[in-house]
Amino acid sequence: MQLAVLLIFILAACVPWLYGKHKDRTSKLLALLPAGLTLWFAQFIPDIASGNTIVHEHAWIPGLDISFTMMLDGLSLMFALLICFIGTFILIYAGNYLKGHPSLPRFLVILMSFMGSMLGLVLSDNLITLFVFWELTSITSYLLIGFNHHQADVRKAALQGLIVTVAGGLALLAGLVMLASAAGSYSLQEIFNSNQVLTEHPLYVGMLICLLLGAFTKSAQFPFHFWLPNAMAAPTPVSAYLHSATMVKAGIYLMARLQPELGGTALWMALLTSFGAFTMFTGAFLAIRSTDLKKLLAYSTVMALGTLTLLLGIGTELAMMAFAAYLVGHSLYKGALFMLAGIVDHETGTRDVTQLGGLRYLMPITAICTLVAAFSLAGLPPLFGFVAKELMLDALVQSSLSKWILLLVIASAALGVAVAAIIAIKPFFGTLQNTPKKAHEAPLELLAGPVVLTTLSLLMGLMPGLAGQWFVLPAAASVWAQPIDGYLSLWHGFNWALLISLISLGLGILVFKRWDSVRSILSLLNPLIQRGPEAGYFRFMDGIVYIAQWQTSLLQNGSMRSYLRSIILTFVLLTGYTLTQRYQLHWNWDVSVYLHEIIVALLLITAAVTACITHSRLGAVAAMGVVGYSIALFFTLFSAPDLAITQILVETLTVILLVLVLFRLPGFGNISTTAERGRDAAVAILTGTLITLLIMITIDIQLFPPISDYMIENSQPLAYGRNIVNVILVDYRALDTLGEIFVLALAAMGVYAMIKFRPDTAPGANQYAGTLILPPKNLSASSTEDTQPSTLSKQSLSSSTKLSKNKQEGN
Amino acid sequence: MMKPGTLILHVAARFLVPLQLVFSIFLLLRGHNEPGGGFIAGLVASGAFALYLFTFGAAVTRDLMRVDPRNLIGIGLLIAMISALPAWFHGQAFLTSQWWPILLPGGTEIKLSTPLFFDIGVYVTVLGSVMTMLVALTETEER
Repeated sequence: MQLAVLLIFILAACVPWLYGKHKDRTSKLLALLPAGLTLWFAQFIPDIASGNTIVHEHAWIPGLDISFTMMLDGLSLMFALLICFIGTFILIYAGNYLKGHPSLPRFLVILMSFMGSMLGLVLSDNLITLFVFWELTSITSYLLIGFNHHQADVRKAALQGLIVTVAGGLALLAGLVMLASAAGSYSLQEIFNSNQVLTEHPLYVGMLICLLLGAFTKSAQFPFHFWLPNAMAAPTPVSAYLHSATMVKAGIYLMARLQPELGGTALWMALLTSFGAFTMFTGAFLAIRSTDLKKLLAYSTVMALGTLTLLLGIGTELAMMAFAAYLVGHSLYKGALFMLAGIVDHETGTRDVTQLGGLRYLMPITAICTLVAAFSLAGLPPLFGFVAKELMLDALVQSSLSKWILLLVIASAALGVAVAAIIAIKPFFGTLQNTPKKAHEAPLELLAGPVVLTTLSLLMGLMPGLAGQWFVLPAAASVWAQPIDGYLSLWHGFNWALLISLISLGLGILVFKRWDSVRSILSLLNPLIQRGPEAGYFRFMDGIVYIAQWQTSLLQNGSMRSYLRSIILTFVLLTGYTLTQRYQLHWNWDVSVYLHEIIVALLLITAAVTACITHSRLGAVAAMGVVGYSIALFFTLFSAPDLAITQILVETLTVILLVLVLFRLPGFGNISTTAERGRDAAVAILTGTLITLLIMITIDIQLFPPISDYMIENSQPLAYGRNIVNVILVDYRALDTLGEIFVLALAAMGVYAMIKFRPDTAPGANQYAGTLILPPKNLSASSTEDTQPSTLSKQSLSSSTKLSKNKQEGN
Repeated sequence: MMKPGTLILHVAARFLVPLQLVFSIFLLLRGHNEPGGGFIAGLVASGAFALYLFTFGAAVTRDLMRVDPRNLIGIGLLIAMISALPAWFHGQAFLTSQWWPILLPGGTEIKLSTPLFFDIGVYVTVLGSVMTMLVALTETEER
């Protein structure tokens, strides 16, 4: 199973190469993999249906209890099959839909990566692995929504989807960590098998709220539903795949997955049923206002997601059956409907239902498929949507929910019927309307997906028992955590559910007949809707930008001195506080000091003081050099030749750098006031005192035996080296060194970029780029505190910029 | 602002630069047992090229180095990363050192090892980083 997930990613990486060879056939070749995986997963159906769980173990980071173990039970099998099966047709569809698009390979890479992430998500046994895949789906979704990134509103929609889902993801991570610490394991298997009652754990409320925040944002539950319709900015294959059939159901999957452990409490029921029901109604209500085919479908997806949450909240055996059936039914018809909407858009050039009509003769197959899929959406027999809807209503009627929720359900169901009617009838019946493009039937690649999916809807509706036994009920059993005693059937007899169905059907047809007047009445509510949760999102984003500006101007004001001051003061305060709180200082003077050591120390101090008070730049530089070489002398005295050599070399190179920039530096002068100099002196003295104290304490207190003994002992036998410093650098602590050389490389790149890409050298460069470099008035006059190359180059830059400007003015 | 160096500097650089480079490689190779190592050796080599840079200017130094110093950074990081990989084939942790002693005829033993390659990576990265900065600065001066 690990291989199944990884194969998709590997194939995704090969797409550009494949595209170079096979051009338009690429997507069909790619589709072979999910098709094969569908068959591969299908072989597990009998085993899973008999109640088994298949686990493929693989250690990943055992030290952190993170594994790449995959688990296949009814629920994950159902999801895996849907992902691979629908994914196959989406790939074929996308290849034709975006034919000739210059970025098609990029699209396919991301789509495949999404498929792999989604599959990994539903198969993961480990909570952290699950989270990693969860976030991967958010990121790939972001990239796919923003596919047409040259349009500003598309970028905005993509960012909105990302921020909402990733913010939820953050809460989810917290929830998962709480869950794992409460259950004592990151493995879902172990959590299920342990006897702990998580619902009575003190962390229960916290973890539930965090987990639900994650699930609600991902699955577009109210009040986070607004990102989903905006995500329709994505190309249609993406909407069909991510934003109806798979990704938005990730949150639903998570709730279903955790239902046996966390479900059943009053809090769970209250949260899920109320949010679910409200989301359902919001979706249905907003759908009926829309005239854009994709928006209609998107809002009806919100409605379906609400329904699924509601069913999970009810938590009875019947509700679980309804949940699984509804999920499958919805994925089939909604995936098909989105693809059909894409076909209409593709062939006519518009998605506005008010501008479409009479297409049934021009696009007969599309029309028939849409009609059948919409029947399933409306919940009409003999389609699988009907089976699911009857079960859902049955579960609702038999539950102890308040009648208000039942009323919401009836209203939503009626509106759902109306939406289905709008989608199926408006574009295809009535008089033929003029469209931007001359409409004709779509090619086979585009039709393959919808035809297969709607046929499947029909077949499963005609044979609900078979579909139920092998496919739906095992999934329901995983959520219910017990074998389910029941079966799916098309005809439930005359009961309340059927009555509600009929009432909602009648109401729905009524709404459809009067759709135009309904829309104009509802448009009166527009001001209210504009103040909905989405407005809150925008206010939140504005707030973030405001805070970012405030803290940037506070902390990143471009003055080297203020940076150093804040870094050093933070260090002094935090370390100093810990020091005074935790340790007693003992003055330990019985250290024997030789005369030559005292002389070098005095030299060091004199040089440092000179560097501070001198009135010549060259003098300051020379004094700093003396400081550096004195330190090197100390290293030599205390037998650390490597450090001494390094120190001397660095000092030498610093001089070289200085020589290069010396003539570009502005004239030496006292820029800062006496008060500022006093403040800087205070900071410097404070730091020096703290460091001295720290060193004295490290001599005084030994909490652990020093590690240097171990290194000295083992340097020769283990690392075959006598130079311990080098052994530490390249062997014991090689990872640190690796990090450091990367930092060094980055620093060099930064310096290079600052020197080479300046406003006056790079045409068209940002005119403010130069102001990133120190403005002259903040230039530290003596530059005694730092002689690091980067600072120097910064100074040289700003001054040279100034020089060149002067030159221009002079001309 | 910088004129090409004096005659003495010219002659000295011609002789000193190769010596310094050889010395840097000596430092690099002996680093595991005696004072030295990739970082120090890289600095010494940078010093050598810096001398050349002062004497003959940026263009000539670039010619002498043959490889763009910016590319050296990448090459160095790559060598260091590659030296981390052999441990994986033994199922050991990332960067665990591997040793392949080779006994030459005459009793001399050459110890090839991943830490050596790692150190070479450090050497090249340090050389590349310092020279990138120096050459870039010098080119700004010369313009």
